[in-house]
Amino acid sequence: MSVMLIFLAGIAAVIIWWLGQQRLTSRPWLEVGLVGQPGGAERSPIPPVKIGLYVFLAVVGALFSLFISAYMMRVGTPDWWSTPIPRLLWLNTGALIVSSVAMQWAKTEAQRGRGDPMRAALLAALVTAILFLIGQIFAWRELTQAGYVLADNPANSFFYVITGMHGLHILGGLIALGRTMTRSWNGPVTDRVRLNVSLCATYWHFMLIVWLILFALFAGWANDFADLCRQLLT
Amino acid sequence: MVDIRSGADEVIPLAEVEDVELYHPKSWWTHYVFSQDAKIIAIQYSLTATAIGMVALVLSWLIRLQLGFPGTFNFIDADHYYQFITMHGMIMVIYLLTALFLGGFGNYLIPLMVGARDMVFPYANMLSYWLYLLAVLILAAGFFVPGGPTGAGWTLYPPQAVLSGTPGGQDWGILVMLSSLILFIIGFTMGGLNYVVTVLQGRARGMTLMRMPLTIWGIFTATVMALLAFPALFVACVMMLFDRLLGTSFFMPAIVEMGTQLKQGGGSPILFQHLFWFFGHPEVYIVALPAFGIVSDLISTHARKNIFGYRMMVWAIVIIGALSFVVWAHHMYVSGMNPNFGFFFATTTLIIAVPTAIKVYNWVLTLWRGDIHLTLPMLFALAFIVTFVNGGLTGLFLGNVVVDVPLSDTMFVVAHFHMVMGVAPIMVIFGAIYHWYPKVAGRMLNEAMGQIHFWVTFLGAYLIFFPMHYLGLLGIPRRYHELGETAFIPESAHTLNMFISVMALTVGAAQILFLFNLAWSLKRGRPSGGNPWRATTLEWQTPQTPPTHGNWGKELPVVYRWAYDYSVPGAAEDFIPQNQPGLGVPTREHAS
Repeated sequence: MSVMLIFLAGIAAVIIWWLGQQRLTSRPWLEVGLVGQPGGAERSPIPPVKIGLYVFLAVVGALFSLFISAYMMRVGTPDWWSTPIPRLLWLNTGALIVSSVAMQWAKTEAQRGRGDPMRAALLAALVTAILFLIGQIFAWRELTQAGYVLADNPANSFFYVITGMHGLHILGGLIALGRTMTRSWNGPVTDRVRLNVSLCATYWHFMLIVWLILFALFAGWANDFADLCRQLLT
Repeated sequence: MVDIRSGADEVIPLAEVEDVELYHPKSWWTHYVFSQDAKIIAIQYSLTATAIGMVALVLSWLIRLQLGFPGTFNFIDADHYYQFITMHGMIMVIYLLTALFLGGFGNYLIPLMVGARDMVFPYANMLSYWLYLLAVLILAAGFFVPGGPTGAGWTLYPPQAVLSGTPGGQDWGILVMLSSLILFIIGFTMGGLNYVVTVLQGRARGMTLMRMPLTIWGIFTATVMALLAFPALFVACVMMLFDRLLGTSFFMPAIVEMGTQLKQGGGSPILFQHLFWFFGHPEVYIVALPAFGIVSDLISTHARKNIFGYRMMVWAIVIIGALSFVVWAHHMYVSGMNPNFGFFFATTTLIIAVPTAIKVYNWVLTLWRGDIHLTLPMLFALAFIVTFVNGGLTGLFLGNVVVDVPLSDTMFVVAHFHMVMGVAPIMVIFGAIYHWYPKVAGRMLNEAMGQIHFWVTFLGAYLIFFPMHYLGLLGIPRRYHELGETAFIPESAHTLNMFISVMALTVGAAQILFLFNLAWSLKRGRPSGGNPWRATTLEWQTPQTPPTHGNWGKELPVVYRWAYDYSVPGAAEDFIPQNQPGLGVPTREHAS
């Protein structure tokens, strides 16, 4: 559970930092009247959906941290043979990086209020993300055809389950992106569109980071880290 | 020192905050069924939770009938018995307590108490309820599928949970349970995002975090914890589904079952236990923290006194929430682990007693020299305090490895967690219902029925669970369908078991009176007016009772003070609502 605890420590740091700004040592029983910043802005200026997304990302982060924790606890048992990494995964990783870059581009264009380049960038992000998903399915097929099927070995099981879970999250992101695109396709770049595009971009970057960590895990680069963790704990 | 921008008596111009866009229902269906109003969703959550909770109550009767009168009821064989305890536990912990505290009270109270018009994401909130309902229906469907529901125990430990020896293991039972849990978690995440973001971003002007009622602090912290803890159960459920359906070996070790070697092997049952309890322990506090918060408000209101040590109460809630993530393995002392781990987890477990004890002291000190009104909410709050202290003290026993190992598989554990996690939060739920029912229905619950309900439930619960500790110390094992003839179990233990069963039936019957009271008072109860308890918090200051869609009429409330201004010297009344600037006459008439 070490990975999950590290993740939680990160979350705890954010919470402590935030609580630190909330005047937790104030004496509310003495303070009558309107307290706080000028204008009564007790809430932060960030729009609620954005905070909602951050909280959601914390939940998704916890989910993958737990999967990785489980992986770490299972890895190295005598029946574990590492699954080879199909070459295709490199290509998929590339597609996802391009997708993320395109989303960032779309975000910049949206902030400048330029509709056409923004739509082009969104389209590019959508297409590359779909390519990533198709590529993942082909990677699965490649593995199964090479005999690495789901139930034969725990390494395979973890590989399919975790990549599947990541793929589902990308799929969910595609639905959100699709809605953003249909809303922004014909109109001007409103604040609403700007916000939605920036939310999609945040989600995209987050899922890219998750994927890079997972890729490192499957490629075995994370094993050194796992060894280190085990040494610390035993 | 303090940035107070206006004098106490100056009235501040209302709402510069822009209003949220409210969804306005167009038909009966979108108004009452597919409602996006948090208050309606709260009632839907509460009714569904109560309905499935009644199923769990009946199951507990059946369990007690078997334990008290073994061999008398032929239809309760060993398989059925295990199915009953499994479903009873899972329903009570997740589908009743979690759903009622967060989905029910959270939905109703958060927008009203922080002064918002509604949750920030009403649509996701509606989806949350419907996913919860679906989860409940799938769970209940377990009773009707081939093989019946799972009998793996509420902890669903593999490998037994997916083997043919366990009811539902190779049938549908376990599949139904796992899919229901997965749906519940997805639904809860949607609701949980709402609760957190509404507290963060939906607060009325002037409502700083340190002016929030402790109820909101409790629900808020519990929701944050639930959002981080439920994924562990999700992961465990998904991996177990794969083990059961697709033959993977996440949790399945090599097993010879009925003479045949299973294909699976090498998996780690302990891994499941880690995941399960990483969710399971925070779950205890996900239920307890809202209860802590609510009980603080009940005590303060009904003792007409400000809560003692508000700041410390807030810090204690946050610290308990944080600590509860590093104690999970104290549920696994008997699973076999490195002794250093046991030492670590025993230490963290006992440290939790410190903030918890602070809360108990503060409740008692709030009562000290208060003007205690023994109303029904107050009675239940007092019952909570004693029950929680009792349950907490046996927790100190079980938190220590050496004491836990011999007691772990006895009725002592059953008695402990029913006191601390069953009876105590349920007392708060009852108290909270008696307290807030007038706001929801506009009428008071019947007092006489309430008194009977309270005394039977409170005394009855003690008569059930106190003797059970003793049975545990005798060494009577839990999870056993029938004790049989065993040398170390005296005849008196059987008599005691019979007594406990009779008490359980009685307490259960009292709950039916409570449900009747809920329905009866809806039409016949005494009209309550807008603020029958003369309470300070915002939900009692709404222009209409029950509050209408949008909660606040034209203008959002502005908050001038904390939530506990009771018996302030020099004030016109013995309470000053949070939205009242000065000591004198309220700025707004309380329409009833």
